[in-house]
Amino acid sequence: MKYKKDADNIASISLKPESQNYDSLNQNYVNALLKNIDKLENETELIGVVIRLTESSSLAKYDIEKLFDIGKPDLCFKYIEAQKLCLRRIENLKVPVVAAISGSLVGLSMELALACNYRIAIEKEDISFEFSGVKYGIMPGYGGIIRLTRTIGIEKSLNFLLNGDQFNVEESMNSGFLNELSSSNDDMIAKSIQWIKSNQDIEQPWDCKNFTFPHGNAHNSHNASLISLYPAKIRKKTRGNFPAPEAILSVIVEGSLVDFETASRIESRFYTELLLNKTTKNIINANWFQLRKVKSGLSRPKKIPHTTITKVGVIGAGLMGHGIAYVSAKAGLEVVLIDSDQSKADKGLEKIKKILLADVKKQIISDGAVKGILNRITASHKYSQLNGCDLVIEAVYEDRNLKGRVTIEAEKNILNERVFASNTSTIPITVLAEKSNKPENFIGLHFFSPVNRMQLIEIIKAKKTSSHTLAKAFDYALKIGKIPIVINDNRGFYTTRVFERYAKEGMALLNEGNHPASIESAGKAAGFPVGPLAVIDEISIQLLADIREQSSEDLNSQRDSKSAKPWDDVIDYMLKVAKRTGRAAGKGFYEYPENNEKYIWPGIVKHFHLSQKPSTQEQMVERFYFSQSIEAIRCFEEKVLESVADANIGSIYGWGFPLFSGGIIQYINNYGLEKFRDRANILCSNHGERFCPPKFLDTMIENEEISFK
Amino acid sequence: MMNEAYIYDSIRTPRGKRKNGSLNEITPTDLLSKLMLFLSEKHDLDTSQIDDVIIGCVMPVGDQGANIGKTAAQYAGWDIDVPGMQINRCCGSGLEAINIAAMKVRSGWEDLIIAGGIESMSRVPMGSDLGSMAFEPKISLNNNYVPQGIGADLIASIDGYSRNELDELALQSQKRAFDAHMKKKFKSMVPIYDQNGILLLDKDEHVRKDCSLEDLSKLNPAFTKIGEMGFDAFAKEKYPEVENINHVHTAGNSSGIVDGASLTLIGSKMSGEKLNLNPRAIIRSVATCSTDPTIMLTGPAPATIKALNIAKMNISDIDLIEVNEAFAAVVLRFMKEMNLNSMDNINVNGGSIAMGHPLGATGSILLGTLLDELERRDQTVGLVTLCVAGGMGIATIIERI
Repeated sequence: MKYKKDADNIASISLKPESQNYDSLNQNYVNALLKNIDKLENETELIGVVIRLTESSSLAKYDIEKLFDIGKPDLCFKYIEAQKLCLRRIENLKVPVVAAISGSLVGLSMELALACNYRIAIEKEDISFEFSGVKYGIMPGYGGIIRLTRTIGIEKSLNFLLNGDQFNVEESMNSGFLNELSSSNDDMIAKSIQWIKSNQDIEQPWDCKNFTFPHGNAHNSHNASLISLYPAKIRKKTRGNFPAPEAILSVIVEGSLVDFETASRIESRFYTELLLNKTTKNIINANWFQLRKVKSGLSRPKKIPHTTITKVGVIGAGLMGHGIAYVSAKAGLEVVLIDSDQSKADKGLEKIKKILLADVKKQIISDGAVKGILNRITASHKYSQLNGCDLVIEAVYEDRNLKGRVTIEAEKNILNERVFASNTSTIPITVLAEKSNKPENFIGLHFFSPVNRMQLIEIIKAKKTSSHTLAKAFDYALKIGKIPIVINDNRGFYTTRVFERYAKEGMALLNEGNHPASIESAGKAAGFPVGPLAVIDEISIQLLADIREQSSEDLNSQRDSKSAKPWDDVIDYMLKVAKRTGRAAGKGFYEYPENNEKYIWPGIVKHFHLSQKPSTQEQMVERFYFSQSIEAIRCFEEKVLESVADANIGSIYGWGFPLFSGGIIQYINNYGLEKFRDRANILCSNHGERFCPPKFLDTMIENEEISFK
Repeated sequence: MMNEAYIYDSIRTPRGKRKNGSLNEITPTDLLSKLMLFLSEKHDLDTSQIDDVIIGCVMPVGDQGANIGKTAAQYAGWDIDVPGMQINRCCGSGLEAINIAAMKVRSGWEDLIIAGGIESMSRVPMGSDLGSMAFEPKISLNNNYVPQGIGADLIASIDGYSRNELDELALQSQKRAFDAHMKKKFKSMVPIYDQNGILLLDKDEHVRKDCSLEDLSKLNPAFTKIGEMGFDAFAKEKYPEVENINHVHTAGNSSGIVDGASLTLIGSKMSGEKLNLNPRAIIRSVATCSTDPTIMLTGPAPATIKALNIAKMNISDIDLIEVNEAFAAVVLRFMKEMNLNSMDNINVNGGSIAMGHPLGATGSILLGTLLDELERRDQTVGLVTLCVAGGMGIATIIERI
C-alpha cells in the first residue's frame, strides 16, 4: 500500500496486492489500511483523499480463512464490527474521499469503494464489479449491503447481491454505483482532484439529515410487492439448503427500515449467524479449501516436473468425443478428432461448431476466437493423423472389445512416450490396458457429460500406470480448465459406483410403495439437482441393466450380484414389461410430451402399489445420503479413494452431491463416525445389507479417529 | 346460571365493487358510522347502554387505522360513554368480533356489545399493512408463506378438484345470489346514502346477472405466474407428494374484492328486556383453530368440529350452513372433511364468490345472512365458518329462539 500527499494537499493511497499469498493477504490488507487511516486522521491540512483501486481480483475475496476459524458468536460479531469500523472511519474523515478504479472489484474492495464519497472508473470493457460472496456461501458483511442499497436502491441491489451477478462499467454507471467515467489513468486522477476541490463539504448521503432512500425503502409499495416474491424465489432455487441468500434478503429489507448505524449492526448480526452456520462452513471447506487443494496438485505425483501437451488425439467423435475435442481446442491445444469414417468425424466437428455458434450468440466468445479453435481441430478417419500427439484419448462406445481394437490400431501410429487414455465410466482400466503395448502409459480419463459444462475429470490409475503418465494426465486436465481427482482402478471407479447408489435407492423406495413424486421431491430436498427417477431416465435404465450384467461378469464376489435386490424388480419391470427405457426413448419413469413439461408416468403407481405407510421425506433423504456415503467409505476401504478432498470435490462436481453438505465425506464427518455407524446398523437391519457399515469404519473408530482426514 | 348471549340484530351494507364501485368514494370510517347510525335509529337505542364496540378489520392502517371501532362510534354521534376497539383475526375478524362479544356477555361482566367488521378493499388494498407474514423475509421463509390463491390451488391439487367442478360451484353461487336479490331475501342489507341523502348503493354489485359456465371457463388461472416464480416450489417443500400444483382458481371461482361493513347487536337477556329489543337467536358455541399456514385454507372443518363439540351437537343437527367462499376449493374441502355430500343447505343464497368478501366484515355478514334465512325457512340451528389466514379457522353456531 502506497501513501502519498501532493502539493494540493490531496493524499493518495494505492491498493495493490503485494503478495499472492492468500492466507495472509487479507489480514495484511486490513492492517495496512488501518495504518493509512491513522495517518489520514492525523493530517491537518488535507483537502481530500484518492484511493486508487487497481487490479484487485485476488486481494478482494473476503478474509475467508480468518472468518472460518472464528467459532464463537460474540468474537465473530466483534471482529465484523471492528472491520466495519475501518470503513466507517474513512467515511468520517472530514474531507472528500474518491475511489479511483482502474481494475475489477470484488468483495472487500467493493466494500471499500462503497465507503468512498465518489467513484470514478476507467471506461474499459474488462472491468467488472461483483459481490461474489454468495457463491462461497457468505454475504457482503462490512456494510456492503447497507451501503449498496442506499446507493443504488433496493430493486437494483436484489439480484446483484442475491446471485452475485457481475456489473460492467456501463451497468454500474446506470445503476448509480459509479459516479463518473474517465478515459485514462491521468484523466481519472485529474477528475478526482477536480471533484475533491469542488465538493469540500460532501458527506455520505446516509449521514445527511434529510436522507431519503433511493427509490424508497422496503415499505415503498413497489419494493414491498417485489420483496414479497423473493423468499419463494430463493427457495425455488435453494430448497432451503443455502442460508446466504436468505440472510442477504433479510438484511436488505430490515436494513432499509432503520438508520445507517442500526442497519449496520443488523447486518453484522445476520453475518455472524451465517458464518457460524454449519452449512456455510461446509461450503467454504469444500469450495474454498479443498477445491484449491485439489487444483494445486494434491493427487499429482510431486516429483514429476510440469509436463507440456501441445497436441491431443481424440478417437470417437460422438457425444463425449466431440466434447473432449472442443474443450481441448478451446484451451489452445491442437486436436485430431478421429472416427471410423470421415462423415462421422465431420459430424463431430459440426457439433463443435454448434456449441461455438451458441456461445457467439451469447457473446461469451468472439468470432476470432471461434476461428482459432476450429483451425486447431482436424477431423479425420485416418489413424495416421495421430502422429505427433502427446496424448490420445479414446471415447468410443462402451464396448471393451471395440475399445481394445481401437487401442491397438491407435498405438500403431503414435510414439512410445505418449499417453493413451480411455474415457469410460464403467469398464475397468486395467482390463483395457491389457490390450496396450505400453500399459505403463495407459490411464483412464473419465469425463462427464456434457463435457463442456461439467468441471470434473476422474483420473483412473490402472495397475501398471506410471507416475509420469499420471502427471501428464493431471496436467492436461488442469490445462483444459477441469478439476482433476485421482482414483485407483475399480469397477465403476468412484463417481459412477457411488452415484449409482442414489438411483438404486430411488428404485428401492419405489418398490416399497412410496409415491414417485415423493421420492423425486425427497431427492431434490436432499439437494441433488434432480430426483433419482429423473436421473435414471437421463442415463437410461438400459445402462443400469448393462452395468448389472457387467459387474456380475467382472467380479464374482460383489455384494450386489449375489442375490436379488429391491431395485431389480423395478429395472426388470421397466425394461421388460413396461418397455420404458428412459428419456432417449421418449418414455421412462416420466412421460415426455412434446412442447410440454415432463410428468411422472401414471402407470408406475398402478404397478408399484402405494404403501399405506410410506416413508417420510426425512427417511428418504437419509437413505440417499447413507447409501452413497457408505459406498464412499467402501471406496476408501478398497483404496479406490485415497484423499478426502478428492472424495468431497468429486462428489460435488461429479454427480451433484449437495455442496451444502461439504461433500460426501464431510457429511459423515459432520454426522460423527460413531453416530454414523450406529445409524447405519439400524438402517442395515431395516433395509438390507447395503447399509451395513464397512469394517474400515470400525477400525477408524477403534483407533479413536474422529473424522476422515 | 350462565348468561346466554342473544343476537338482537345483524345488519350490513351492500357490497361495492373494487373498480368503479359505488362505495369507493366513501371513507371506511364514514361507511361504518352510517351503519351504526342506522342500527341505533332502527332500535331507538340508548347508546349509553353499549358496553363496547368490537370491529374486525384486516388492514387497520391508513383510512382504517387508529382504532376505527371507536372513531366510527364517535362520528356516528353515539354517546361519549361508548368505548370501541378494532381487532384482527384476518378473514375471521368479523366473526371473531361476534365471538368475543358473546364471551363478554356470557362472562356476565358486560351486557350489550356491538360487534362487526369493515373492509374498504378499494381504498386500503390487501397487503397495505406490510405485515411480517408476507413482507419480512425471515418470517415468510420460516412459514413457507404463499399467497392464499396458491393454498387454494394446492387444496384442489391434493383433493383432485377439477377446474370444472370449481366453476360449477362458482356458477351456483352467482345464480343463488342473483335469485336471493330478486326475491329480496337479504333482510339484513341496508341501503347506503351520501350526506345529501342521495343513494349510493342498495344491492351487492359484484353479482353477475348472466353468468355462464362458458364465461367462467374462459378466465385465465389467476395464480400460475406467481406460482412459477417460486410459490409453487415453496408450497411443494411442505407437500412433497404433490408433483405439480394445478392452477385452477380464477377471478371467477375465487371471492370478489369488495367494500363493505356489517354490525351485529349482541347482549344479555336482561339488557334486551331493558332496551325493548327482540331476541332473534342464541349463540350456542364459538371456536377457533389453526392448521398448516402454508395451505392456509383448511381451518373451517376443524373449527366446526370444535364448535360442535362445545355445543354437544353433530353436524346433522345443523339446519343451515354458511361457509365462506374465499375460494371454491375451500368449500369443497370443508364438505369433504365434514362428510357432506350436498350443498342443499350450504350457502343457499350464494356466497363471497358472487357477492364479494370484504375481509374484516364477512364473518358478521354471513351471520346476518344465516339468521335471515333460518327465519325465512323457520329453521333453528345454523353454522357460520370461515378459513382464516395463517392456517386458522373460525366457527360460530347459533340457534333461533
